[in-house]
Amino acid sequence: MLWDWGYALEILPVLGQAAIITIEATLLGFAMAAVLGLVFAILRMLGPAVAWPVSMLIELVRSTPLLIQIFFLYFVLPKFGVTLDAFTAGVLALGLHYATYCAEVYRAGLENIPRGQWEASIALNLSLYTTFKDIILPQAIPPVVPPLGNYLVALFKETPLLSAIAVLELMQTAKILGSETFRYVEPITLVGALFLAMSLVSAALIRQVERALGRRFVR
Amino acid sequence: MMGIRSIAVMLAASLALVAGLSTTEPFRTFMPGLIEGAWMTVRIALVGSLLAVLFGVAAALARLYGPLPLRWLARAYIEIFRGTSALVQLFWLFFVLPDFGISLAPFTVAVLTLGLNVGAYGAEIVRAAIGAVPRGQWEASTALNMTRGQMLRRIILPQAVVAMIPPWGNLFIELLKATALVSLITISDLAFKAQEMNQTTFKTIDIFTLVLLIYLAISLAITIGMRLIEGAASRGLARGRAH
Repeated sequence: MLWDWGYALEILPVLGQAAIITIEATLLGFAMAAVLGLVFAILRMLGPAVAWPVSMLIELVRSTPLLIQIFFLYFVLPKFGVTLDAFTAGVLALGLHYATYCAEVYRAGLENIPRGQWEASIALNLSLYTTFKDIILPQAIPPVVPPLGNYLVALFKETPLLSAIAVLELMQTAKILGSETFRYVEPITLVGALFLAMSLVSAALIRQVERALGRRFVR
Repeated sequence: MMGIRSIAVMLAASLALVAGLSTTEPFRTFMPGLIEGAWMTVRIALVGSLLAVLFGVAAALARLYGPLPLRWLARAYIEIFRGTSALVQLFWLFFVLPDFGISLAPFTVAVLTLGLNVGAYGAEIVRAAIGAVPRGQWEASTALNMTRGQMLRRIILPQAVVAMIPPWGNLFIELLKATALVSLITISDLAFKAQEMNQTTFKTIDIFTLVLLIYLAISLAITIGMRLIEGAASRGLARGRAH
């Protein structure tokens, strides 16, 4: 018997607990990515002296594997006296990695703002801060929500990498279950099925958001 | 997006940095192992990319023009491999397949997983690129009495290929980054070597800085290669490319 339903049902609650960790890591990581990405995108608009180093950092983070970045944060930061638990280090790595992707998305949104909006803000004598807060960002962010949503799903699918630094998320839990019972079929297949289900549901949600936004922000 | 010239500068800088560091003391001892690991990473990335293109083109063609059951199969393949995590797929092929009596070598599992995973994303690129070929090209081919195979082979695909190159370039970089996962199934690639040396020497900062630079250099080399291919392939095509 290859597939044991009894065993599968028995481990399902354990995997459910682990799924909560996975979702926590996803949400925290994405919150960081969304904020830091916006910071990167705005920094890149502030003239070449700031833009250049930020672009370099983005290129470096985007071009190297997330797994290495996770190891880097987890093993290197303690050498500078910053000791992080595995979960925090993992979330920071996920957030930083996806911030560089989000920065590109925000950039597209910011570049789509008509020039006249900037000129009108200058004519009204608004400060740079007010211009961003009240004029530019409210117009730039809503149209880029769907692509940001795609990165949320992508980030979610990368959370199993945290198992490499022993965060007890879905994949790590499945591996432990597998090594305890020597049955890998059920745990790993269930993890795959859970990911597929959650990805499909969130993809459908993003399509809904896209449609709702599409009605309001037709240009 | 950065220009090809600044990418070339960055590549030269990172290579110079790696070369410069490797002559100094703490780094010199790591280089032979890291180069060995980097070579494994490059081999896996190359074979994986080749498989990804094969799977991507096959799945896209099956989804667009195959008979109904094949179309469903292609859709299921694309949804499953895009909807689940690459690491889960890797572990599934590595730990679960042996239970079904199929034991593959780790290298085979690695390139197969990467090929299947990236191929599923690639299938959507191929499909979009075929869809972007102007309708008149199909109509003209029909008017010339070509069979469907002839149309695809001689008229549609050669034009679609040009539109596919930039997004495939992005996917190849994704694939390169995903190769780091194979270190978790005991393949001694660059990430594995880094971990191994880190555990024996505790020179964490030195090792991981070098490793990040090596990955960066490989990525930049891929980017430059794809830009050159793109330039060569779009030459002689009458359509203007929007940048």
